[in-house]
Amino acid sequence: MSLPVIKSDVVVAGPFKPRPATVVPLAAQPRRFDLRGLAIKVAQSVLPPIVVLAILLGLWQIAFSDPNSSLPPPSEVWAQSRDLIVSPFFENGDQDIGLGWRVLVSLERVAYGFGLAAIVGVLVGALIGQSVWAMRGLDPIFQVLRTVPPLAWLPLSLAAFLDSRPSAIFVIFITSIWPVIINTAVGIRNIPQDYRNVAQVLRLNHIEFFYKIMVPAAAPYIFSGLKIGVGLSWLAIVAAEMLTGGVGIGFFIWDAWNSSRLTDIIVALVYIGLVGFMLDKLVSFLGALVTRGTASN
Amino acid sequence: MSAYLKLDHIGKTFTRGSASTEVLRDIRLTIDKGEYVSIIGHSGCGKSTLLNLVAGLTQVSQGAVLLENQEVNSPGPDRAVVFQNHSLLPWLTVYENVNLAVSKVFAGRKTKAERHDWIMENLTLVQMAHATDKRPSEISGGMKQRVGIARALAMEPKILLLDEPFGALDALTRAHLQDQMMEIHARLGNTIIMITHDVDEAVLLSDRIVMMTNGPAARIGEVLDVPLPRPRHRIALASDRTYLKCREAVLKFLYERHRFVEAAE
Ligand SMILES: Nc1ncnc2c1ncn2[C@@H]1O[C@H](COP(=O)(O)OP(=O)(O)OP(=O)(O)O)[C@@H](O)[C@H]1O
Ligand SMILES: [Mg+2]
Repeated sequence: MSLPVIKSDVVVAGPFKPRPATVVPLAAQPRRFDLRGLAIKVAQSVLPPIVVLAILLGLWQIAFSDPNSSLPPPSEVWAQSRDLIVSPFFENGDQDIGLGWRVLVSLERVAYGFGLAAIVGVLVGALIGQSVWAMRGLDPIFQVLRTVPPLAWLPLSLAAFLDSRPSAIFVIFITSIWPVIINTAVGIRNIPQDYRNVAQVLRLNHIEFFYKIMVPAAAPYIFSGLKIGVGLSWLAIVAAEMLTGGVGIGFFIWDAWNSSRLTDIIVALVYIGLVGFMLDKLVSFLGALVTRGTASN
Repeated sequence: MSAYLKLDHIGKTFTRGSASTEVLRDIRLTIDKGEYVSIIGHSGCGKSTLLNLVAGLTQVSQGAVLLENQEVNSPGPDRAVVFQNHSLLPWLTVYENVNLAVSKVFAGRKTKAERHDWIMENLTLVQMAHATDKRPSEISGGMKQRVGIARALAMEPKILLLDEPFGALDALTRAHLQDQMMEIHARLGNTIIMITHDVDEAVLLSDRIVMMTNGPAARIGEVLDVPLPRPRHRIALASDRTYLKCREAVLKFLYERHRFVEAAE
């Protein structure tokens, strides 16, 4: 059975390839702790980004050091927002808290929204993947919906939920669910007939088939969907928190903009970027852990 | 005595859209309990299709498959299959692959300890007990096939269905596994249907050899009895008159009377 073509280069990123296991010869060499080699390795991966960063900061400093320039240079960011940079977890009162706390609050929201999207996405994807017609009918619709930006969902979800908190979570949910659904469905379609035959001979029921065959067999696809999804849900956080207010990092940016604290916004952007990066790595790591051995056969 | 397995005037036609291909026509065969039957025929004649019909993975178009006088038309662990390409689940270890079958088939019938013993017994039978924690990607092709056999045996099937079980292996490994298969058959007395391309393998292992004509609409062309006493030893048989005669009969069928015709496709 041929797979309905999914015309997407972004969402379906193909199966997520765990690193192949390498065989480490145990007794071949005397194990000496190679300090020098390690230092060189670290230097090779750490030094280039640091150098590039320093150059970029320098250029930025030069470009915006004019007092009339529209944006602050790095030196001013450091001068005005130093507390935010150096101590992520201070607490000086209700609204005056470190960005670390704000990130945690936002992460909680993402955890709800994305967690829900992951569960619903895998289940819906599994259902759709079972049927050629469901796939043909729904795939184009999903392909359209997945391109709707997070902000565009805001008014609708407010109108539907009337309350800001569920609306915010809904925005995260609806932004991140599509790649999970689509990739899961493709993964399920790609389960080899052999595995289905094994399940049939053993007379596995639907539930057993779902968690013993379908999920592990489609895991590489599911995880590449989750990886894209977690990125999208973090992208949606600013939009979502414009609604909720409170202490999230997204709302902090909105608030800083309203009171013209540009340097704070810059620091918050760096935080968001770093956390997004770590979320991505975390899902990759989980994926590599779970799909060990699945992709290679 | 009524037959253990009976293929009763089976026909199979695949239809896709308006196009239909008749793959098998009027297959009649009875197999006794404990018999080792090989099916041989040119590539694409419908051997796998026939095996899938017995397994219940494909539905017959005409006729019926009767096992102990009961019609079977859905798959089940009483007809365990060793597939053409082992089809172990790559995310499970050797042990877990067998356990998948054992825990399903013997749920409620064996305790956990008994199930463990049963898994180990079957892995020992195929000499794979040393590699229980390996994943399929970490073992050789011959080992995978042995685990596939262990998984099938562990279901305690009424009939063991082997689809070119040794086809993808090198000659040495194949010979070794053939010997093991004979030993298992002698010990457990299973009823076995094996598909093969290999004339020597068919003669060495089988009680009867079913030779199929070329498709489309393949039939059973001839059934050859192999009256060789067991246990059989490949070296002793190499110059045995009966063995050579059987071998010649199969070769003649395949290469003189039913030469592979490409145009049949
Ligand atoms: N699901 C299907 N739909 C349509 N035609 C099929 C289907 N399965 C098999 N066939 C056709 O049936 C014929 C027999 O296929 P089958 O796989 O049984 O051959 P085989 O004898 O096992 O070949 P080989 O020795 O190469 O494994 C082939 O011509 C194939 O194209
Ligand atoms: Mg075949």
